[in-house]
Amino acid sequence: MSNTPNQNNFSKGTDLAVIILYFAMVAIGILCIFMVEYNPNSNWSNSLIAGKNSYSKQIYFAIFCGFVGIFILLMDSKVFTALANISYGVGIVLMLATFVLGKNINGSKSWIPIAGGFNLQPAELCKIFTALILAKFISKPDTDFTKLKSHLIAGAMISLPAILSIMQHEMGLALVYSAFIFAMYREGLPPVILIVVLSFAILVIATLLLDPTILAIILTVIAAVIILSMIKRFKRNKNNIIVIIGIWAVCFGTIRYAVPYIFNNVFECYQSTRIYSMVGKEYDCGQNKKSASASGKTHGKKPDDYNVKQSKIAIGSGGFLGRGFLKGTQTRGKYVPEQNTDFIFTSLGEAFGFVGTATFLGLYLFFLFRLIRIAERQRSTFSRVYAYSVVGIFFFHIAVNISMTIGLFPVVGIPLPLISYGGSSLLTFTVLVFILLRLDADRQMVLR
Amino acid sequence: MALYNSNRGGIIQIIISFVFVIIIGQLIALQIISNKYKLAADNNAIFRKIIYPDRGIIYDRKKHALLENSISYDLVVIPNEAKGVDTSALCSILRIDKEEFNKRMIEVIVKNSRVKAGIFEPFLSPELYAQLTENLYRFPGFSLSERSIRTYPYNTAAHVLGYVAEVDVNFLQKHEEEGYEMGDYAGMTGLEKQYENVLMGQRGVKRYLRDNKGKIQGAFEKGQFDTLAVAGRNLYTSMDVEVQQLAEKVLTNKVGSAVAINIKTGGVIAMASSPGYNPNLLTGNQRRKTIGRLLLDTARPIYNRAIKGQYPPGSTFKPLGALIALDEGLITPSYGYNCFGSYGACGDPRKCEHHNAGHAANLQLALANSCNSYFLQVFRMAIDNPQYHNAKQGYLKWKEYVNSFGLGRKLGIDLPSENKASIPDTAQYNKDFGNPKYWNSCYMLTLGIGQDRMTATPLQLANSMALIANEGYYYTPHFVDSIEDEDEDDKVVLAKFRAKQEVTKISGDIFKIIKEGMHDVTIIGTAAGIKVPGIEYCAKTGTAQNPHGKNHSLFVCFAPKDNPKIAVAVIVENAGFGATWAGPIAGLMMEKYLNDTLTKESQLKADNLSKVDLLPQALKDWYVRNNKTDHLAPIEYNNDELGDVWDMEMLPENNPKPVKQIDTIKKTVDTSIKKATTPPVPTPNVIRKDSAALLNKKKKTIKVKHVKHT
Repeated sequence: MSNTPNQNNFSKGTDLAVIILYFAMVAIGILCIFMVEYNPNSNWSNSLIAGKNSYSKQIYFAIFCGFVGIFILLMDSKVFTALANISYGVGIVLMLATFVLGKNINGSKSWIPIAGGFNLQPAELCKIFTALILAKFISKPDTDFTKLKSHLIAGAMISLPAILSIMQHEMGLALVYSAFIFAMYREGLPPVILIVVLSFAILVIATLLLDPTILAIILTVIAAVIILSMIKRFKRNKNNIIVIIGIWAVCFGTIRYAVPYIFNNVFECYQSTRIYSMVGKEYDCGQNKKSASASGKTHGKKPDDYNVKQSKIAIGSGGFLGRGFLKGTQTRGKYVPEQNTDFIFTSLGEAFGFVGTATFLGLYLFFLFRLIRIAERQRSTFSRVYAYSVVGIFFFHIAVNISMTIGLFPVVGIPLPLISYGGSSLLTFTVLVFILLRLDADRQMVLR
Repeated sequence: MALYNSNRGGIIQIIISFVFVIIIGQLIALQIISNKYKLAADNNAIFRKIIYPDRGIIYDRKKHALLENSISYDLVVIPNEAKGVDTSALCSILRIDKEEFNKRMIEVIVKNSRVKAGIFEPFLSPELYAQLTENLYRFPGFSLSERSIRTYPYNTAAHVLGYVAEVDVNFLQKHEEEGYEMGDYAGMTGLEKQYENVLMGQRGVKRYLRDNKGKIQGAFEKGQFDTLAVAGRNLYTSMDVEVQQLAEKVLTNKVGSAVAINIKTGGVIAMASSPGYNPNLLTGNQRRKTIGRLLLDTARPIYNRAIKGQYPPGSTFKPLGALIALDEGLITPSYGYNCFGSYGACGDPRKCEHHNAGHAANLQLALANSCNSYFLQVFRMAIDNPQYHNAKQGYLKWKEYVNSFGLGRKLGIDLPSENKASIPDTAQYNKDFGNPKYWNSCYMLTLGIGQDRMTATPLQLANSMALIANEGYYYTPHFVDSIEDEDEDDKVVLAKFRAKQEVTKISGDIFKIIKEGMHDVTIIGTAAGIKVPGIEYCAKTGTAQNPHGKNHSLFVCFAPKDNPKIAVAVIVENAGFGATWAGPIAGLMMEKYLNDTLTKESQLKADNLSKVDLLPQALKDWYVRNNKTDHLAPIEYNNDELGDVWDMEMLPENNPKPVKQIDTIKKTVDTSIKKATTPPVPTPNVIRKDSAALLNKKKKTIKVKHVKHT
């Protein structure tokens, strides 16, 4: 009605700050890839035109993504609500299709080859579709998100692509789906769930760090102390004591059975090894069911912390001011594996030092806060849920990716948003951001 | 609807901020606090290549290079790149088999990893080098790398020049702050060691960027941190290569040493020690083969006897003894002693070679005749000098004199590990004879004729001659006269060689008398048979009694008599009378230096001398026992032929004692080798046969063992 003129003028109402940040990030990304690929012996301008190098390819990806962005901004925002369910369905079908058509890249069969030598990773796109369907579901008038039933339905929507990702051996991508917890929390997920999830994480880490018997004793002692100190209250309400004993039992079960089960049966051998090596321990792959069935020779493999070691050296050697543009020796010497994708942060850290990394993180933080501000100014629940989903996905990627390069998190292969080399990843984040911008431009409208 | 949740946006912001703070914290720890990552990165990626400068050259006084640098090539290999190598061709060029090839390859990998170049065959011979350069295209991964090695064009002065070798862990610990690294070469002995910091120059460092596979990517930071190599500076010594070569030649097949000093400067003209070795044997691929044998050789060819050998100076000390008494004013040159063939003032009479009356009627005569009694008396007078209260005080004064003459202390020559030899301390006599109250000059009487516990190095003896020739002073003996581009530090080092060491107050007239006495030695005395064509010289012979075997033959001299230029001391161990063997050697050296050439007759004499075999029997027995006779210089002389040359110089030897000693030595020689010793000198051929047979036997036993193993 009143907003119809806007549809012809896409720049009106779009958040300029986010667009500037978006292009700044993409530019930084191309620069970082250039640093990684740079070779003083070859003429970089020639290879730029030939499109043989990663950075030149990334430039073409970026131009393509720019057009996609413009295209999205020109679309009607109602399309997104309308297409939410269908796109999710298509995404799931594509993911299932990988099991048949999939091309094996880096050990995971999650890519579908498309024309021109490019490959598509449906799991990446499914993030967008999941964000849309989650927004659509929560914004439905008959959904009461304070109810457990709604939580379970939303959880199922998120879990389906996550489980499919795990089946494709894409642990990192699967983990990303936990990022939707931000959006759900914002819409009324009880904080208890956050606390429970956090406690579970602490418990898992404690299980890895401490001897199971000692941990069990500690837990028992804590439970006993709580019961004894609150003994009077328990006399009034006997349920409390049952709750505490129940919690103790769950914890005990977790450390005794659940954690070993996850490491031996759910995770791949290399994943368990990486996680163990994070806490400085060695994982015996002989216990791993998957590796045992795949091949029997992986027994007693050393923890493969080479990546993290080299990555930390690269970042650490940057010092306060960095070694300077194109002067990073770790980068030039190609010591960090996968440096233009998952470990792209290292080239930045080495070249520009703490000043560079802190500025870069500041930029990211500003970007995230800007997205949150956009989310909060939405009148429509759909837009808000979608916005928080985008915030969650971005935040999760950034936090996990950077944490793993500086040794705070086990190595899981997820890219740094807008920076890492890769068309699928860049396209996904572009679409995520531009849909949000499109929705934000129409924030006066209440979408259903 | 969900408006009541709006504060949750804030909570999410807090969570995000919290995570970012943790990340920033870790970044601070990595990038700001810890610096080990920077080091690790440099270790990873910066390859420091050390550019070795050329070492300085050492020249003799006529600017002949005593040693030079030459390039040697090593065959190096990068195992990872050695794919598709024509192994059989390479093996046939290097004359190794496939098994050896694989063994060396594994060695290289173990030492240097697969991606770094390791030495496959060091020090290629020129033929090998030529063959390999032609065929290198067939051996991918192999390359030839240069290195600089020392060569010695004159094959001489090994002891003086010393050798360079790869530094070891001990060396690195000692020279921690001087920037040496594993694999560096440094001077280990001789002048190479003494002047290491001059000769070494300054190493340059080039930094390269290296990738994760060890491949060089290019210069690091365009070479702005690189330093240039500065070539080592040259040393100009006072040596004379021809005199040196002559000295070494005539000492062949003898154990002993010869030192010649330029009296005017203190510069050493020649310093030979025998048995020695060819310095070229300790460079390049020769070194590995040779060093072990040299170190194990019982004749100690590496040992520089000229500065480390301790010999009783015997009669060569007599002029110095006289100097002390003269300086103290105890005697005048006209002082005489009535000797009738022995000295009996201390009970047990000491023999003198002469018994005709008046042979020691004054100092000059006593010196010419080398009268033992005279100098024993003079010694006693110095010790019992009434000016001092007791024998101890007298002795201390006497010792002070002797020390100031350069005996019993290090002279400070510019060679490492000089020995100070020995002028005994009073403490030693206190230990032997108790309280100084109870001992007197008679107890150590023979010190006066250079025996008892007195020892000196050949260098010290030569220096004492310089002292007499200069009439009361000397310059600290040294090799290096000047250093190229002398800097302040060098000037400090060289200043002490340019300072006069004044040691007596005796007038020149008195020195003239001593010189006359020593001149008489060469006219009517023990050295009468030794002539230097066209030159009058002064000398003193010595035949030092040696508790361990046959007497040592000593000869000290300086020439010309007026305006002396060169002082020489020669010692031939276990060779008997001083004038017989040491004298001619010294004479030839003086002739060569002063006349710049040898007469025909002298040349013949030198050739013959070099063939004379005076090696102690015990040494020869050792060589026989250890199957090493092929390392002895070939002996091809006929004593009868030599007789003509020597007869006139063979003075009667009056020494029953040494014969006895030889007998005892023979007894001590392992009885099991008596068979081998019964023929006096087995001809080398026979021994070769024997050793060959032995070798064959050994080989057989090894073969048998092999079979058993397999």
